[in-house]
Amino acid sequence: MTKDSQGFLWEVFIQSKPGQPHRHCGSVHAHDKEMALQNARDVYTRRNEGTNIWVVRSEYIVSSSPEDIGPFFEPANDKIYRHPTFYSVPEGVTHM
Amino acid sequence: MNQNEAHFNYILRLADTNLVLGHRLSEWSGHGPYLEEDIAMTNIALDMIGQANSLLQHAAKLEGKGRTEDDLAYMRNEREFYNTLLSEQKNIDFAFTIVRQFLSDAFDFHLYKKLESSKDETLAALAVKGGKEVTYHLRHTAAWMERLGDGTEESHARLQKAWNELWAYTADLFAMNTSDRELVKAGIAVDNETIKSAWLKTVEEVMKKAHLTMPANTWQHSGSREGKHTEHLGFLLAEMQYLHRTYPQAQW
Repeated sequence: MTKDSQGFLWEVFIQSKPGQPHRHCGSVHAHDKEMALQNARDVYTRRNEGTNIWVVRSEYIVSSSPEDIGPFFEPANDKIYRHPTFYSVPEGVTHM
Repeated sequence: MNQNEAHFNYILRLADTNLVLGHRLSEWSGHGPYLEEDIAMTNIALDMIGQANSLLQHAAKLEGKGRTEDDLAYMRNEREFYNTLLSEQKNIDFAFTIVRQFLSDAFDFHLYKKLESSKDETLAALAVKGGKEVTYHLRHTAAWMERLGDGTEESHARLQKAWNELWAYTADLFAMNTSDRELVKAGIAVDNETIKSAWLKTVEEVMKKAHLTMPANTWQHSGSREGKHTEHLGFLLAEMQYLHRTYPQAQW
């Protein structure tokens, strides 16, 4: 993604509570890091959504492409032994 | 003015500055330079109007004449408003808006820190809550000061122009009434002189990063404490108060 008149595009990840993973929630435009962080705060945390924010320039995210679906993901389809369904999870264990 | 009247007037001043500056910022709503900053300015406006609301409630209670925060916001005339002259200045352009906001945020930041230990417990609690909001506002506007001042030739020229014009309203931020002395002695109000050096330090640090110079003309406007305003406040109030005065029973 190149710079347009609104600055670079940044992807925004919000952590809802300490200990929870950061979740992708959208993107913002900004010219620099501080501006990206502030814009993310102003756009995505207006309703108590977060306790922490990550922003990263969209161009630095490496993504697989739609045509990779076959070679990337289909080989896992018939390997059910990789699912942890053969174990019983003790009561009280969260975030597995 | 007895002490209760002075106290009422002091709270009113803090409320009015928040209300008027919040209204000014809200004029950007839907007109921001781009979506993210449009939302950022609206967020700050909402913080300020929220602070004004709480302060006006507190003022109405102190006054004890049965007026509500809406009566105080919408039914007073220009000469009964005590907001700072800086807060009522027009938006002009984004640089003017940022300079006005930055100078005001820097003042509020240091004022609220002191107000946290006010003997007026309601005011102290509002200062704690408002202080967190103002800390963010200052961070936002200080970053913009640096970005515009250190940006392009045009952004720097616009910022310096705004700085030169708005600097003349900074002495008025610190103006005090004679009746304030009693409030300061009673531990309710802050003596604005005591935050001047801290404010100036914040201002000078940002000026340096933004490559700004002090205006040659150091003449200063005054009068907000006596309800004397620049021509802009009347127009602002006309727009802000129109609906309430035309439809006094309007609810939403």
